[in-house]
Amino acid sequence: MAATQVVRSEWTKIRSVASTVWTLSLAVVVTIALGMLISALSRNEYETLGARERLSFDPTFISFAGMSLGQLAMIVFGVLVVSNEYSTGMIRASLAAVPRRGTFLLSKLTVATALAFVVSMATSFAAFFLGQAMLGAYRASIGDEGVLRAVIGGGLYMTLIALFSMGVAAMLRSPMLSLGILMPFFFLISNILGNVDATEKVGRFLPDQAGSRIMQVVTPPGDDTPYGPWGGLGIMALWVLAAVVGGYVLLRRRDAQ
Amino acid sequence: MIELEGLTKRYGEKVAVDGLTFTVRPGIVTGFLGPNGAGKSTTMRMILGLDHPTAGDVRIDGTHYDRLEDPLTCIGALLEAKGVHPGRSAYHHLLCLAQSNGLPRQRVHEVLDTVGLTAVARKKAKGFSLGMGQRLGIAAALLGDPRILMFDEPVNGLDPEGIHWIRTLMKSLAAQGRTVFVSSHLMSEMALTADHLVVIGQGRLLADTSMAEFIERNSRSYVRIRGPQRERLLDVLHQAGITAVESGDGSLEVDGSKAEYIGELAARHRLVLHELSPRQASLEEAFMRLTAQSVEYHAHTGVSAPPQRWGDDWKRG
Repeated sequence: MAATQVVRSEWTKIRSVASTVWTLSLAVVVTIALGMLISALSRNEYETLGARERLSFDPTFISFAGMSLGQLAMIVFGVLVVSNEYSTGMIRASLAAVPRRGTFLLSKLTVATALAFVVSMATSFAAFFLGQAMLGAYRASIGDEGVLRAVIGGGLYMTLIALFSMGVAAMLRSPMLSLGILMPFFFLISNILGNVDATEKVGRFLPDQAGSRIMQVVTPPGDDTPYGPWGGLGIMALWVLAAVVGGYVLLRRRDAQ
Repeated sequence: MIELEGLTKRYGEKVAVDGLTFTVRPGIVTGFLGPNGAGKSTTMRMILGLDHPTAGDVRIDGTHYDRLEDPLTCIGALLEAKGVHPGRSAYHHLLCLAQSNGLPRQRVHEVLDTVGLTAVARKKAKGFSLGMGQRLGIAAALLGDPRILMFDEPVNGLDPEGIHWIRTLMKSLAAQGRTVFVSSHLMSEMALTADHLVVIGQGRLLADTSMAEFIERNSRSYVRIRGPQRERLLDVLHQAGITAVESGDGSLEVDGSKAEYIGELAARHRLVLHELSPRQASLEEAFMRLTAQSVEYHAHTGVSAPPQRWGDDWKRG
């Protein structure tokens, strides 16, 4: 059994269900639209900012503000790609056709991650350029130092969020359980942990907090984050690796149902 | 050929499949019979490598399932649960399975035609009736033109025409020299299709025999007698050394004896008979007798007390 056969099969699976289109479309639209809105608001507020706040004004990062919401749609995409197999019972047909479970999971994650990567990159670039257009005079240019890295990083960040969700869904199997844990975690808990002084030092090692560092171009004065942009993305990648390995180990060990 | 050797599956304390050893041979339809919850589906899932056995071994043509190259070309299976993404069309469901085993697109059209789903091939599976879902499952089993076919309760949800179709299909697949292994909890269904019979109850092997032999050994034959002079009839039979049992509706039943002999006996004593008929207990009765000790859920007819430890087994699939 060649892995290319299984990859083709997974591509057929992913393109033949409606949830793929609507979750990814939602991720694109929300990320770009919310980014544009917050960019426009920031331009109007710039005049009222104090000198200190102007120093930490990061037009690139502002245009990615929509990702905080857009990533939730990415999470739904990642969760559904994997957990649909279990909730529909398709997993039995899938594993009967592809009994090597490593090949099965790897092919599925490869196809879904590649699709997420293409969509995320396009979204990140679109969110940047449209956001900068809204920022008017305060905009950053793609040629500025660190900006291109931040825009590419934004695409990688969204891709990794999707892959992390796939790994978690492979461990938990149930779509409701996976979404019930991932959505509040990324939308609420991570933010709370990251903004409360007592937990801030732990909070910044969470996947989204560490990973989103790569989208920052301007380091705020007095920032003592112990890792740089790529270090942060590396921390996020370790979380993703742990989730995927966990999903693989459980898939191998468990009965398929 | 499917070979099981001491195949065992335990869920915690509960034994679902208990040391099953038997062989499913090619060229015939082998029926896999047992009451609900006997472990038939669990056994079939282990054959497909979906569930890991606690002990024992199962081989497909001498090979472990997960060592098969393109397994759909070797063994095709219809499993009990529908197992289709409701938002995916029948065509795409079969296409993704075909592609994973390197089968040509043309095969998808062929099996859709075989099961009669061509007209709805592009429709989403959520609109399918139980019978259509079953046909789609059968199409998936046939996809790789496999030498071995396994069907879990295939007639479930099919209309009479569909049931006839699946019976004919299974017989013709076996006639082509393929191995056909089909589960059911209905003896009457098996009697019509199976050449060989494997019976299990509570995960244990109860019988592994040819259908003819099973019928021969398990069906009770008796003579039913009815007449106006019941007391004299009983006396006469008793004198001849024949034990008659009174059945509920006032008739008598005699095990094992020939109807001819009883008729001659009655004539000699000038007894009027209204009925004298040789009977065979149905296979369903034979099956129920065989599995009586191992049925998981008894319907307690005429017993007012609730079954003991009711609900203990709810987790069992």
